Amino acid sequence: MSGGRWLGYAARRLAMAVPILLGVVLFTFVLMRLLPGDPAVFFASSPNPSQAELLALRAKLGLDRSLPEQLAIYVRDLARGELGQSLTTGQPVARDLLARLPASIELTVVAFLLAMAVALPLGVAAATRPNSWLDHLARVVITAGVSVPTFVTGIVLIYLFYYLLGWAPDPTGRIDVFIGQPPRVTGLLLIDSLLNRNPERFLAALKQLALPAATMALFAIAPIARMTRASMLGVLSSDFVRTARALGLPRRQVLLTYAFRNALIPVVTTLGMVLSYMLGANVLVEKVFAWPGIGSYALDAIVVSDYAPVQGFVLAVSALFVFLNLAVDLIYGLIDPRIGFER
Amino acid sequence: MKRFWRDARHVIAANPVTLAAFVLFVLLVGLAIFGPALAPFDPIASDVPNALRPPSAKHWFGTDQLGRDVFSRVIVATRIDLTIAVSAVALSFAAGSAIGAAIGYLGGLVDRVVGQLVDVLMAFPLFVMAMALVAALGNTVANIIYATALINLPFYIRIARAEVNQRREAGYVLAARLSGNGPWRIVLGVLLPNVMPTLVVQMSLNMGWAILNAAGLSFIGLGVRPPTPEWGIMVAEGASYITGGRWWPALFPGAALVLAVFCFNLLGDGLRDLVDPRRRT
Amino acid sequence: MSAAGPLLALSGLSLDFVTRGGRVRALDRVGFEIAQGEMLGVVGESGSGKSVTAYAVMDLLEPAARIGGGRLDFRGLDLLGADRARLAALRGQAISMIFQNPRAALNPIRPVGRQLVDVLRAHRPMNRAAAESEAERLLAMVRIPDPARRMMAYPFELSGGLCQRAMIALALACQPALLIADEPTTGLDVTTQAAIMDLLRDLARARGMATLFITHDLALAGDYCDRIAVMHAGQVVECAPTARLLAEPRHPYTRGLLAATPRSGSRIGEIAAVGGALPDLTREDLPPCRYAERCERRRPECDAAPPPLAERAPGHAVACWRAA
Ligand SMILES: Nc1ncnc2c1ncn2[C@@H]1O[C@H](COP(=O)(O)OP(=O)(O)OP(=O)(O)O)[C@@H](O)[C@H]1O
Ligand SMILES: [Mg+2]
Repeated sequence: MSGGRWLGYAARRLAMAVPILLGVVLFTFVLMRLLPGDPAVFFASSPNPSQAELLALRAKLGLDRSLPEQLAIYVRDLARGELGQSLTTGQPVARDLLARLPASIELTVVAFLLAMAVALPLGVAAATRPNSWLDHLARVVITAGVSVPTFVTGIVLIYLFYYLLGWAPDPTGRIDVFIGQPPRVTGLLLIDSLLNRNPERFLAALKQLALPAATMALFAIAPIARMTRASMLGVLSSDFVRTARALGLPRRQVLLTYAFRNALIPVVTTLGMVLSYMLGANVLVEKVFAWPGIGSYALDAIVVSDYAPVQGFVLAVSALFVFLNLAVDLIYGLIDPRIGFER
Repeated sequence: MKRFWRDARHVIAANPVTLAAFVLFVLLVGLAIFGPALAPFDPIASDVPNALRPPSAKHWFGTDQLGRDVFSRVIVATRIDLTIAVSAVALSFAAGSAIGAAIGYLGGLVDRVVGQLVDVLMAFPLFVMAMALVAALGNTVANIIYATALINLPFYIRIARAEVNQRREAGYVLAARLSGNGPWRIVLGVLLPNVMPTLVVQMSLNMGWAILNAAGLSFIGLGVRPPTPEWGIMVAEGASYITGGRWWPALFPGAALVLAVFCFNLLGDGLRDLVDPRRRT
Repeated sequence: MSAAGPLLALSGLSLDFVTRGGRVRALDRVGFEIAQGEMLGVVGESGSGKSVTAYAVMDLLEPAARIGGGRLDFRGLDLLGADRARLAALRGQAISMIFQNPRAALNPIRPVGRQLVDVLRAHRPMNRAAAESEAERLLAMVRIPDPARRMMAYPFELSGGLCQRAMIALALACQPALLIADEPTTGLDVTTQAAIMDLLRDLARARGMATLFITHDLALAGDYCDRIAVMHAGQVVECAPTARLLAEPRHPYTRGLLAATPRSGSRIGEIAAVGGALPDLTREDLPPCRYAERCERRRPECDAAPPPLAERAPGHAVACWRAA
């Protein structure tokens, strides 16, 4: 599609993200009002705030005003990046989240890439060779993937690869404490250790990442492989693939350039879904592997009824969700030239 | 009805896996009802000197960190896990299909807006939403049920809406309208019974998902509290001992979870074949 | 027919599809020939096996298809015996095919120019720039206005007629000796239909290319083809030079078709119904002459043995016991 048309489409998609974000803000706002107790207490800087501090906080949060006004104040604070204070860490929630976000992102992205690297070829192979052993394998993986909870997968992997085989390091945290973290640039250990030219650290981080990423990938493979298989089967019996064969294009080109690229179109939509589910599964995987991301941060807070971090977490995940969906839609627009034409 | 049984026989004969799933389903329901009576040991009686013993003739699934019999706990937990999932699914089924059918029948602006909203909601990281809800509403089993029901709601609304939309102008609906039935009577009395098969299939496919969600919530410490035996908590508690090679406290309840989810997924597929043979893959 | 023999010769081709619902006996002893540069029409109602015959020639059959017997010879090469690589090399190069519903037949997410470049480079050692200018020339050849701009167009940006022209350009890119056109004008409006048919005829004449033109429409075939073969339920029932076939049809099915066809010039729509319907091809008790059950002149001998496709006059073959 021409650049101009794609930009128009991108702008429209961006505009559509705004109401969703507003909805999310509204949702967390309502959640805050639902919370048992006084919001001022959990925005306070200590577990036992003084009466004066509470009064000041109430005024600041606008708890003495009407609901619409409160909403306006809430939105204003969010816009300034004020998410309150964590009782557990004593730090502003926004700062905590920023510090821990790279861990979650690294885990999710690596798991996602791993899942695609397995699921796309598996789905294509299953579709091009129906009833072969690969097709059957794909079916088993797909059924297992939707039936085995991530936390069970994680524990089985730990038992196999840490306890029995001894291949994986102790399943806690992002990197062996004795090796230590590379100087922080992006917060993504794999990238930072490379920037630091430290292969030992890179390897240590990679080893530590392998099991949690595999756990999450196993969960994501099923929907991607299923959609790839179904979509590829549909495309392979379509008219234009028959044309490509009739014109004597090489088998490789027919399968990859003609069939696969078309089959990807519905798969991309599924990828958005999968990424969104992975954001949720993150919480479970981070707990199993004591992974210091935003999910385990929220969990630590939930257990001690520290609400500001929970709210911050929900907002962060929602923002990621909106951003990822936008990215997926934009990629969709790049693959499918017809997008941006309809309506 | 006769045709239904003939089809059912056919589906089961053609697909023995569905039969196996059905047997498993009966077993699960049996355990949910009679579990506490069948369990050989008291599921919450601790016996610390015998903690973390591997599976043996006495303790088939071994004992956990407090010396409790894992086998008994897994069996007794069936009831609470199924109860949570069934209640959640029943709630979202009832509310979702009514809402979906109503807006699907009325159409217009409300239909479009709710439709869009549902699409967005379905793509949302629903587990996170459930987490936030339980955290906000309070950490109880009832709230786990509500949260699970709420995050399932969009699926039913969407299906009921689509199915009703398709049938809105069908002959029997027009006939009902002409004979003077109001919109509510038509939706509840005429349309819903017709879209029921599709919804029931969705319900069965949804059960597995609901079990996973509820277990996930209790795995992270929400809802069910110790020492209540529940699969998610048992996995969470057992997880600490896995690095020491003691796999039984976590993996037996984990396997029970997998089996239950697997059973409902297969059953759902079988039911779908029965209701709509064309969609068979 | 040229001294070197026909370009493509089919004889005794039988083919079944193995499906859950039983064996579909799609083709029964199908035979005909096409000479170099000739346009042969294959006419018959829907389900008579025209497309399946074409796919057999192109080696595009689905896995469910089982060839029961017969021969396919292309320039003396036995197509059924040849290995797949050999056949793949022929496709697009020596034999090409175009389809009905041209928009769906083109890759929806690749500019037509790119698709042309793909085909050219698959068969010829050509660099991209050369292939692109050749592609543009081909678009001009099929009379697509403003070919330089259309190179970048996606199928959804082109009308049905333009898509079919692009499809023809793709099929003719490597100068095949035989083009199979499977209902290339179905779904196009009447004026576009005539324009596409004229284009096909002109290009075929200019290149000495043979055309196998598949259609429902006997009148349309009559306007353009040199010879016509009529198919019914997987059998070729009659084959003759066009003028002869139209003037002196011998097979009752051909006669029925002709009676149901408005005269040339006043064509409207498809062939009107010939009495009865095609027999169900999964039946175990198909009569040897598959037209027998629709035939007004059926006699006991019609149910005894299959009528051979025999030459009753020079170049005029009929498969009917009663066509003297
Ligand atoms: N994949 C298949 N499986 C089973 N039967 C098939 C398959 N493809 C074709 N057939 C059957 O073969 C017969 C001939 O089909 P074919 O497509 O050649 O008809 P046609 O003459 O091209 O008709 P149309 O004018 O509709 O294109 C039909 O009875 C059809 O049902
Ligand atoms: Mg056809």
